[in-house]
Order: sequence, then C-alpha cells, then structure tokens
Amino acid sequence: MTRHADPYLAGVGIGGVLLAAYALAGQGLGASGAFSTVAAALTAAVVGPAKAAALPALAPYLPDGLASPLRDWLVWELLGVAAGAFASAWSAGRLAWTAERGPRLTPGPRLAAALAGGVVMGIGAKFARGCTSGQALSGGALLSVGSWIFIVTAFAAAYACAPLARRLWL
Amino acid sequence: MSAASDSVAATLAIAFAIGCAFGWLLERAGLGSARVLVGQFYFANLTVFKVLFSALVTAMLGAFWLDRAGVLDLGAVYVPDTFAVPQAIGGLLFGGGLLLAGLCPGTSCVAAATGRGDGLAVMAGLLLGVLAFNVGFDWLEQVYASTPLGTLTLPDLLHLSTGLVVALVAGMAVAMFVAAERLMRSRQS
Repeated sequence: MTRHADPYLAGVGIGGVLLAAYALAGQGLGASGAFSTVAAALTAAVVGPAKAAALPALAPYLPDGLASPLRDWLVWELLGVAAGAFASAWSAGRLAWTAERGPRLTPGPRLAAALAGGVVMGIGAKFARGCTSGQALSGGALLSVGSWIFIVTAFAAAYACAPLARRLWL
Repeated sequence: MSAASDSVAATLAIAFAIGCAFGWLLERAGLGSARVLVGQFYFANLTVFKVLFSALVTAMLGAFWLDRAGVLDLGAVYVPDTFAVPQAIGGLLFGGGLLLAGLCPGTSCVAAATGRGDGLAVMAGLLLGVLAFNVGFDWLEQVYASTPLGTLTLPDLLHLSTGLVVALVAGMAVAMFVAAERLMRSRQS
C-alpha cells in the first residue's frame, strides 16, 4: 500500500483543477448539488414529472424532466470523482471492502452513524446552498461572504461536537 | 447528432474529466478515509485543513492573477449568492453531521468508490436528507430564503480592494499552515 500524497501538493493540484473548472465551465466544483438533482428526479419518477416540476423545491433541478441527472454538470463531475478515486485507490493498493471506524465501534453502529450524519449534512447543505466542495472551496476561493460564513460555522460546529463524538472515533 | 447536443456532450465530458482529476487527488491525499478526515477535529491529523486551504488559496491566487492577465474572465464565473442566516444554520448542521458521518458529500463518493461501506451509507443519508428537506420545504422556505444579500464578496463587505483581501487570506492561511506543522511536531515529540 502506497503512502498518502503530501497534503499541500494534493491541495495545490485540487486548486488547479478548480481553476480549470472556472475557466472551462464558468463554475466551481461541487457535490451536494448532484444529490439534489438525483433526489428531484427520483421524486419526479414517483409523483410524475409535471407535478414535481411545479414544486418550488424541485423545479430548479428538473430543467430536462426525468432526464435531468443524465444532463447535469455536477452529476457527471461526481461520477468522475468516483472513477478518479477508484483509479487512484486501485493503483495505490488501497481498494478494500470495509467500513472505516473508530477502534471501539462495530460496523453496524458505524453505518448507522454514517447514515444519520449524511441526513443531517444533506439538510445542512440545502440551507447552505452547497457543501465543502461547492460552498467552502469553490465559493471561498471567489471570496463569497456566504461561503466564508459556511466555512466558519461548519468548522466551529464540528469542533464543538467532537468531544461528544469521541466514542465514535477514538 | 445536432450541434446543440454535441456541445452538451462536450460539456458533460469536461465535467467528467474534471471530476476524475478531483477524485484522484482527494483519494491520493487520504480523504476517502473517514478516520483521516475526522482526525482534524481531534487535532490528530490536519489533512482536511491543509488540503482545503492550500486548494482554496491556489484557486484564489490563480483566479485573481489570471483575471488580471486577461486569461480568465472572472465576470463570467458564477459566485454563489449569500443568504447569511440560512448559510450559518446550514454550516452548523453540516459541521455537526460531518462528525457523525466522518465524510463530506464529495469524499463520501471517494470512500464509496474505493469499497468503503461507510461512504455508501453517507451517500444514502445525504439523499434522504435532501428528500426530507424537500418534503418540509413549505415550512422551511421562510428561513431558507431569508437574509438574501445577492452576490456579496469579502472585499465588498469590508470596503477593501480585492488584492488586499487576497493577500490577507493567503497570509492567514500560510500562518495557519506554520502553526499546524508546529502543533503536529510538538505532538510527535
């Protein structure tokens, strides 16, 4: 198994990728937006495209009706993230069927915490209009005030919750 | 294929290629691992901070200088609108959720793609969270849409030049990198 790359070098590389996204796509990187598009399309598949497109929470994510996820920039970018991550882990010998967790946790509770954490983050990312990629990184580099509000509040909340979550990780 | 669908396909191919590079680099840095990521919040492993802020500063400096050189038109790049109160609420929820999840939305995909079941569980949770938000949207909309400030940047807010704010953010980041390295060295010794 290869060691992880130097974090500063990886960061500078990601900064370069973000610059390429600004230049080639006129927008930054993202992740949570792809989940919004998939959620909207799933809802549209259940309640019908016309009814879903009439809902203010879903309309922005359904420009192409049920085909929206197939034509969405962030969905394809996130598919790329998965492909690139797989290739990197494969070449470094880091592919493994496992659930990463603290030493005191069995896989069951770990997966339950991961699911619950995902739900809370999903709601948070909706309020914030983005996550670590789209808001903190991409908006932060463009000096958006809202992005910096997100960076400060997210780090503050994570540090405040850390002592309560020791059982999960330490 | 028509010219329009050709250009859609080209745009999506660029999105996929950019994502590949992003995912490769996140995995290389170790950010597909929840334990590496969460180490940030116990001062055990500061990879999150180092990667996030070196990427942010690189993109910030690159965008600033390329715009000045006329290579990149920053006016054509989308700056997220600011909604102060909901973004603060969103940040607090996100940070708390992150401690439970151990992975953020982007890195949950990295973790899942490399075989980590916890990554897949976080992705399922994110989807459920977004669905729950949509179901409650009528009730949440008032807070969600409150305090709209439009495109607002730190130089606008502070009445400082963009160049000065860029320099201040870069200087602050470098000072924190130095502090992070010192902290890690003192922890090892």
